[in-house]
Amino acid sequence: MANTDFHLQFQEFEDEQGFTEHNQGATTVTIDDPIKSRKQRKATGTAFEEDDNDDKTEIFISSKGLLSGQRKSAPFWTFEYYQTLFDVDSHQVKNRIIGSILPWPGKNFVEVYLRSNPDLYGPFWICATLVFAIAVSGNISSFLVNQGQPEFRYVPDFSKVTMAATAIYSYAWLVPLALWGFLTWRNRKITSLVSYSFLQIVCVYGYSLSIYIPAVILWIIPSEGLRWCSIVVALCLSGSVLVMTFWPAIRDDKPRITIVIISTIVILHVLLAVGCKACFFSTYEMDPSKDHNEPSAATNTSSSTKPK
Amino acid sequence: MVVCQLKRTFATMNVFNYFFAGLSDISISEDIPVEGDISMPVGSQNADNDFSTLDEPVKDTILRDLRAVGQKFVHVMYPKKSSALLRDWDLWGPLLLCVTLALMLQGGSVDSEEDGRPQFAEVFVIIWFGSVIITLNSKLLGGTISFFQSLCVLGYCILPLTVAMIVCRIVLLGGSGLVSFVVRLIVVTASFSWSTFASTAFLADSQPPNRKALVVYPVFLFYFVIGWMILTFSPSH
Repeated sequence: MANTDFHLQFQEFEDEQGFTEHNQGATTVTIDDPIKSRKQRKATGTAFEEDDNDDKTEIFISSKGLLSGQRKSAPFWTFEYYQTLFDVDSHQVKNRIIGSILPWPGKNFVEVYLRSNPDLYGPFWICATLVFAIAVSGNISSFLVNQGQPEFRYVPDFSKVTMAATAIYSYAWLVPLALWGFLTWRNRKITSLVSYSFLQIVCVYGYSLSIYIPAVILWIIPSEGLRWCSIVVALCLSGSVLVMTFWPAIRDDKPRITIVIISTIVILHVLLAVGCKACFFSTYEMDPSKDHNEPSAATNTSSSTKPK
Repeated sequence: MVVCQLKRTFATMNVFNYFFAGLSDISISEDIPVEGDISMPVGSQNADNDFSTLDEPVKDTILRDLRAVGQKFVHVMYPKKSSALLRDWDLWGPLLLCVTLALMLQGGSVDSEEDGRPQFAEVFVIIWFGSVIITLNSKLLGGTISFFQSLCVLGYCILPLTVAMIVCRIVLLGGSGLVSFVVRLIVVTASFSWSTFASTAFLADSQPPNRKALVVYPVFLFYFVIGWMILTFSPSH
């Protein structure tokens, strides 16, 4: 058995030597014909390929599973470096999204799903989807709330998109930055077995926002009870994934610091959800007679959701 | 070993395929019908040559470009596997469509109630910035299409949505009640799925097979946002 494994590995190694541009990590699924696609890219003349032979050799040496977690040794100003950050397949993205929605006690998101292959595809496009989902759902819900009033004319509020984008993208990038800085600083004092890189933390936060997309779509239905219910469920699921991910990194620390970090993570998560709901989704007015008597109040409610 | 040699030969053949495919920079698989203009304009080096485009009447120059743009419009409306859009890419069509769409969608500045509508610049930026981001995404995921070809395809496939915008404006002239909303919803949904389907038909070949869903989803989101802007367009009285 060991002999066969060695033989297989040796064959793979030789295969790689024939094509020096192969840079697949040991744990990821190989793409169909990466050599062909790379040669095509070379011939098409993309701008970043001048001296990437050395880079590719570096990637080749470090990516055959001998050095775990050291895949990205291409310099960060080349295009290939960013390509390694998008080295995921459709089924991998699907598994990561499912893993971030369903917390399994004992399964650490980073260990099970990321495995030294953090990607930026998931965080970026999940945040983009969430931004547009919030904008669309907010407009639909304000339209439904004010429906049936003859004086009210529906005006789509385009500025919601920019506000939502700023809020969500800063949450998805600044909070991991702060958390990573804090964890690195604590790691100097207390050596912990587990330490996460910045991209892994960004990845975890990005995928943890994916539960909010169905929740935001549910917020279209103008019922306060349903909205709060969906917020609580989404918070529990994604909050527990976050907590279980970061618990191994900080459990060796002083208990007071541990509690502070965990509660900060949870509180920021809650603030994002509640803030989005408050800013973009006006409260539902249950009294129809009041609406008819005060049409100006209705337009005031909708205009209060616009930024000042 | 044999597999190794075969792979190397195949890779080399593909390199030659590129070098000898002329100035275009895409891979054309054998089963796609090749069409288009074979003769290429010579340019100003041979100014005394009969084929120089410098001496022809302006009408001919403009009509040739318009004919090329119109031919690509036909390709978008009846999407079948063809490489004409990719090989002779140009950005005139996308520019025309983008300006038309932005002009029709923009909010007027005279009416203070219309400030919720997107401005001309916002629509313009969304379309071009969105196309650039999607192109970058597909290249980062390992796509073989070039930057401007992808921009060209995404821009041309906005045509069904522009047609839907014109239809919506005509429908809104008749009133803005529930019936007109349902009609507009159907028209916009049909055109948005047409756009997504057309652009997928052109872009699908250039992606690695196990990442197609990852590339198609941002295109879907892009056309969904544009369709949403068209659907929520409210007329000024």
